[in-house]
Amino acid sequence: MADAGRHPKITLYTMSEVAGVSGYVGNFNVKIVKRSRFVDEKACTSCGECAKVCPVVFPDEFNMGLSSRKAVYIPFPQAVPSAYVINMNECMGRGCSKCLDACDKKCIHFHMSDEEIQIKVGSIVVATGLDPYDPREMDEYGYTRFENVITSLELERLINAGGPTRGELIRPKDRKHPQSIGFIQCVGSRSKRKGGQYCSNICCMNTVKNSLVLKEHDPDMEIMVFYTDIRAFGKGFEDLYTRSRSQGVQYVRGLPGSVEEMSDGSMRVAVENTATGCIEFHDLDMLVLSIGMKPSSGTRKLQEMLGLQLTSDGFFLEAHPKLQPVDSATRGIFYAGCAEGPKDIKESVTQGSASAARAIRLMHKGVVTTEPITSEIIEEHCKSCGKCAEVCPYNAITVDVKKKTPAVVNSAACAGCGTCAAECVFNAIVMNHFTDDQILSQVDTLLAQKAEEKILTFACNWCSYAGADFAGVSRLQYPANVRLIRTMCSGRVDEKFIWHAFENGAPVVLVSGCHIGDCHYIDANHWTEKRIARVRKKMEKKGIRPERLQLAWISAAEGVRFARVMTEMEALRRTVTREEIQETIALLNSRENHENAEL
Amino acid sequence: MRTNPIETADRENSSRIGVYVCRCGLNIARTVDCEKVARNISGMENVLISKEITYACSEPGQMEIKDDIREHGLNRIVVASCSPRLHEPTFRRMMLQADLNPYMLEMANLREQCSWVHMQAPLDATEKAEDLVRMSVSRVHLLQPLYEETIPLVKKTLVIGGGVAGIQAALDLADNGYEVMLVEKSASIGGTMAQLDKTFPTMDCSI
Repeated sequence: MADAGRHPKITLYTMSEVAGVSGYVGNFNVKIVKRSRFVDEKACTSCGECAKVCPVVFPDEFNMGLSSRKAVYIPFPQAVPSAYVINMNECMGRGCSKCLDACDKKCIHFHMSDEEIQIKVGSIVVATGLDPYDPREMDEYGYTRFENVITSLELERLINAGGPTRGELIRPKDRKHPQSIGFIQCVGSRSKRKGGQYCSNICCMNTVKNSLVLKEHDPDMEIMVFYTDIRAFGKGFEDLYTRSRSQGVQYVRGLPGSVEEMSDGSMRVAVENTATGCIEFHDLDMLVLSIGMKPSSGTRKLQEMLGLQLTSDGFFLEAHPKLQPVDSATRGIFYAGCAEGPKDIKESVTQGSASAARAIRLMHKGVVTTEPITSEIIEEHCKSCGKCAEVCPYNAITVDVKKKTPAVVNSAACAGCGTCAAECVFNAIVMNHFTDDQILSQVDTLLAQKAEEKILTFACNWCSYAGADFAGVSRLQYPANVRLIRTMCSGRVDEKFIWHAFENGAPVVLVSGCHIGDCHYIDANHWTEKRIARVRKKMEKKGIRPERLQLAWISAAEGVRFARVMTEMEALRRTVTREEIQETIALLNSRENHENAEL
Repeated sequence: MRTNPIETADRENSSRIGVYVCRCGLNIARTVDCEKVARNISGMENVLISKEITYACSEPGQMEIKDDIREHGLNRIVVASCSPRLHEPTFRRMMLQADLNPYMLEMANLREQCSWVHMQAPLDATEKAEDLVRMSVSRVHLLQPLYEETIPLVKKTLVIGGGVAGIQAALDLADNGYEVMLVEKSASIGGTMAQLDKTFPTMDCSI
């Protein structure tokens, strides 16, 4: 920690959050908002005179509210930067000003305001960590009702020499030394009802570790652990678990059904021991809930800002689970630590180093090659209407609508979603590698034989195509008449591809992409949504059943959903008769001439 | 992206397509009749070679394709194997080694989107596989060579989050001479780790 604080190459922005990111690999523009500390962090020597005179007392977050702090405080003694901070919502302000007088260095400034900082970087490491599970929703263990039920994080502070009790373990209700203590595992983990369905990875070993620390405090203490499975899979973990058992810690297989408080403040735990099949009652002085971890609260916001993907658990989704475990699907953005999934310190450090190595691998040449899958304007077709510029999520297209000069694409900024090409009604935009001709040739080939049996599906590369791959990896079975056409983004799916498909005998068409808010191309799928609605309306007008065109959002993690949607599409296809298809073909062929005349 | 006139001329001259239906050991071949697919495709227009291959991604597999490219003057390749999300970069590199534009390659996904998801219907899967390869052949015929551009890069990294993972990433980057901006939302770095007493499995302090 201290090394990071004094490293000449590291600029530390504490109390800061990323407010906006634009640009692309190698050239990200980042806006950081640095909230005011109200103390000059360079001048402050952490002498603590300010806190001594501060009259306002609040619970100390670092100690999980088990001790108090002042409105001017240092988060913990070893904090980096080593500087005090004022919580202005708690401070009495100018009316008090006692800290101002107490500070010899004159480093307290009430007038300090938030700063906005713009930086340019080539790569980004997302290491946003975790939030501990809040056990208040799981009230069967009595966390909100009984003082002597605490969380594992609260226990950490209670047994820490630097904690509120200087490492002396007392139970909150009567400050007595507990003679017996119980741990309940999997609180907020591996549950379909509350918390996460995933294993939080660290809670088993954390409890094993704490049982040994407690035995060091008091070798006679009775310790019971109520668990589902003990997962001690890492290097040195099994040794530690064996040591814990050999020191007399009892491991009971089964999670408590109920917890009651007895008159002496102890907790009565009723549990079915699934190893013996018996219901057991245990009276314990204190209970510790081994809480799991949740994705950090800012995850969603950051995910939208950076155009990243999440797993169904809410953690960031890596580009490949085995071969690119710290890469995101967006070039130049990497993951480290619990942002990507629950993990312990060793794994977090490993990923930290790995993400640094991946970032260096990208940056060391000093240049980056761009993917050539970008759009190009055919100037002689362009009518300067400005539609492409309006839909481009990256503002990569400029058009002077008044001067009527053709649109211009900034290929470095273009990310290649193809929305512009799909929205251009004058066919004035070529989306390289996903041209109209290339895609239409796939549609034609697909419908050349037994068209009435085929389910034509357009799938975006980042979510639904990846979701289809995930269905495959999971060996989920679905109807074999599904045929996918990959586009980079669902935004590329031009209206004419859909008409062309129906005109050539497609019974149904599915357009699939990332969920709204998860689009790899910021918000290009909004245009998909609008376009599909528009086409369906036109279908209705023409007398074609609009249900035959479907839109589905399927994420990269939703293999199950992909397979289900395909089964639903097959059910839908079975409702489309040969006569209906023939009717549509005849209808579109006659209308088509009519429409062309209109243009 | 910029069309090279010589290669465009080449393309207009003729399309010489090679199709490789990968067995992926048994991953594809157990369900899909790869030999039949390759045979049926061989009659398509502009397809000079269509054959099955045990592991297209392996060194011998790539070697075989590259040898064919040289021997038969192939200029467009269809690899019908796994997801392009997995091996497109592999085969694009192979194209480069064979002096072809890496974008003159198309992949048909016969594993994740065919053999693995229609395990109980080998006949339908084979029919679908053939369809997917046909679609790829018609697409590869229309592909255009594309060229990457090189743009300057800022040798700095933003690390979002000052917990143990972020600190480690920042230190490794900084020790390698890269400038790092470490952004932390609270008043101190350290994250959840700083709150822990001892840490497993070595029982040492967290800070």
